[in-house]
Amino acid sequence: MKTRKSNKEFENKYPAADALKKGSMLTRLSVLVFGAGCLAGGQVIKGLIFLAAEAAIIFYMLQTGFHNLSMLVTLGEQEQQKVWNEAKSVYEYVDGDRSQLILLFGIITLAVVVLLILLAWISLRQAYKIECLKKEGRRIPSFKEELRELFNGNLHLTLLSLPVLGVLVFTILPLVFMISMAFTSYSVENSKLVLFDWVGLENFKRVIGLGGSLGKTFWPVLGWTLIWALVATFSNYFFGLILALFINWKEIRAKKMWRFFFVLTVAIPHFVTLLIMRTMLQPEGAVNIMLRSMGILGAKESLPFFTNATWARVTVILINIWVGVPYMLLQVTGILQNIPQELYEAARVDGAGPIVTFRKITLPYMMFIMTPYLITTFTGNVNNFNVIFLTSQGLPRSVDSTAGKTDLLVTWLYKLTIENQYYNVGAVIGIMTFVTLAVVSLITFKFSASNKNEEAFR
Amino acid sequence: MIKFSKYPFKKKVIVAAAHVLLAALSVIWLVPILWVIMTSFRGTKGSYSSTFFPTSYTFDNYVKLFTDFSVFNFPKMLFNTFLVAIASCLISTFFVIAVAYTLSRLRFRARKPLMNAAMIIHLFPGFMSMIAVYYIIKMIGWTAGPMLRVAMIAVYAGGAGCGYHIAKGFFDTVSTSLDEAAKLDGASNWQVLTKIIMPLSKPVVVYTLLTSFAGPFKDFMLAKVLCGTHRDYYTVAVGLYQMLDVEYIDQWFCSFAAGAVIISIPVGALFLATQKYYVEGVSGAVKG
Repeated sequence: MKTRKSNKEFENKYPAADALKKGSMLTRLSVLVFGAGCLAGGQVIKGLIFLAAEAAIIFYMLQTGFHNLSMLVTLGEQEQQKVWNEAKSVYEYVDGDRSQLILLFGIITLAVVVLLILLAWISLRQAYKIECLKKEGRRIPSFKEELRELFNGNLHLTLLSLPVLGVLVFTILPLVFMISMAFTSYSVENSKLVLFDWVGLENFKRVIGLGGSLGKTFWPVLGWTLIWALVATFSNYFFGLILALFINWKEIRAKKMWRFFFVLTVAIPHFVTLLIMRTMLQPEGAVNIMLRSMGILGAKESLPFFTNATWARVTVILINIWVGVPYMLLQVTGILQNIPQELYEAARVDGAGPIVTFRKITLPYMMFIMTPYLITTFTGNVNNFNVIFLTSQGLPRSVDSTAGKTDLLVTWLYKLTIENQYYNVGAVIGIMTFVTLAVVSLITFKFSASNKNEEAFR
Repeated sequence: MIKFSKYPFKKKVIVAAAHVLLAALSVIWLVPILWVIMTSFRGTKGSYSSTFFPTSYTFDNYVKLFTDFSVFNFPKMLFNTFLVAIASCLISTFFVIAVAYTLSRLRFRARKPLMNAAMIIHLFPGFMSMIAVYYIIKMIGWTAGPMLRVAMIAVYAGGAGCGYHIAKGFFDTVSTSLDEAAKLDGASNWQVLTKIIMPLSKPVVVYTLLTSFAGPFKDFMLAKVLCGTHRDYYTVAVGLYQMLDVEYIDQWFCSFAAGAVIISIPVGALFLATQKYYVEGVSGAVKG
């Protein structure tokens, strides 16, 4: 319902389909000759800009674009070769094709093609708009007026162009590049690091299939990632909530001081605290030494914080609680102060004790406000690289596997790509992480949308 | 509030126990911080100490950071980090504020699709595009020279537009009646932004500036992937991490602690200064 309404609000006055059906010859011509409509309508500068853009793109396509696209099909076949140079009587190396470069330039060219289509579409709509304005006998805006409009009605174009360009170049283009690797044989296996081919869904089959060693690693890592994200999210949430309520309790003195103690740990960069934790929990680290000097452990004994799989898993979750609870405390404190006090007074009049008020008022209210936040925290935890990589480093690891017992999908992705050069498998893991998160988010959104009464606390 | 001494005995015990519990929790949270501060002043070398409290105290670990350049050049790391932080915070603040304002105040057809796209991008591990950026930068040959700094700034700031949520939450709370009044007087959208909204939005601009300034001090992953083995361009985070490498940990562990203390002071101060906006932003974003 809502979307239909908002669509109407921004009704497209000059749709491209109408332009093709009802437009004049000149308007239709604008798809091929960009800016033709603008030039004929008197918007000379704008028309010339369109034309220049088209000329530049076509020049690029003729120069290298078509070549790049054709190479994209095979990703290159020429190997590096030794050629006998008669004059110098030595072997010289002749560079072969480099599939990685071919893939990158191919993707950039595809982006240019998309841009060309987009420009054609804009040019068509502009031409149709001018035609319609003419028919209605209205004045066609001059270039100066259109520029001024960029700071008024079209301000969003001005403000968004650079940030969106930044995201396109530094987030989306690299993502597409990485995703496309998932369908190639780009990997240290069979030494496919220079020349590689398209292999279709082969890598996905290997990762998902239970038969191979990759599949045997993938499912346990996925399972642990989900358990970790769930436990990490909810443990932080509940401990943070309880701690905040505890400090908020009216009998507690010097509330600000207690809060400051906890907030102090948030103020220190994460990687510092995590690295400190790691050193403290080593077999010869501060914690074991302290326990030894207290006589709890023998002189040579130490607790296996990162060397035993179960210990390591519990340790990283505890470390995450240590790191995350103060954040939660900060936010929960802010939200608690917003709970309508009438609710509590009404409950007190009805004779409800503190436990009942917590269960019936505080908890539902917090859940109501914080569900979207919990979803983002969950996503953040699935991709929580630092807590794992800087503390347990994924260890302990069994000999036959590339992933350790505490490795998440992201840290495994790091190990596969940066450390071991299994680029194609790494890309598949990245995509699988996305799929997992998308599925989880969809389910939670659906679940909370059907159960959520938006007016509950108003 | 009734005085503590007037409480009945049972309540006295409960309240006292609550404070003891809170104190114990605080100790758990503060011990690692205390430990790193003590280690930074520790007289004996090496990562392992046979006692929890140091046996002797010294300033040498701090002095070493600023005088011993044989392996790690700490002042240079600080300089690199400052350079990258200043440049990237200016760019990303502009991006974030522009996107947040546009999505909060202006209405246009692509608004909802853009917000959905940002949400979908967020579901990919941020790490994935980072690896690809690394390949691309390596292919252009920027991973070896001074261009590495440009690359780092570009990567820190380039995708900043996606992180608009907190700033948008702020703009959502600024009343629209001001805009409407100004528009009735004939102001353009641009004038509304520069003359009315911006002066009101100092807190969120300061917040965005400070948080994005702190980014390169806190981030470790991206700098590590981009710098690889090029020591000249290390930021503080990567440098400190390297000090814990098996090769260097014996000589550099206490200096690592000293470096950690040094960078925690500005980052902590920035955080404490912006904490209020952070809390408001998060609860505001939920409300809006």
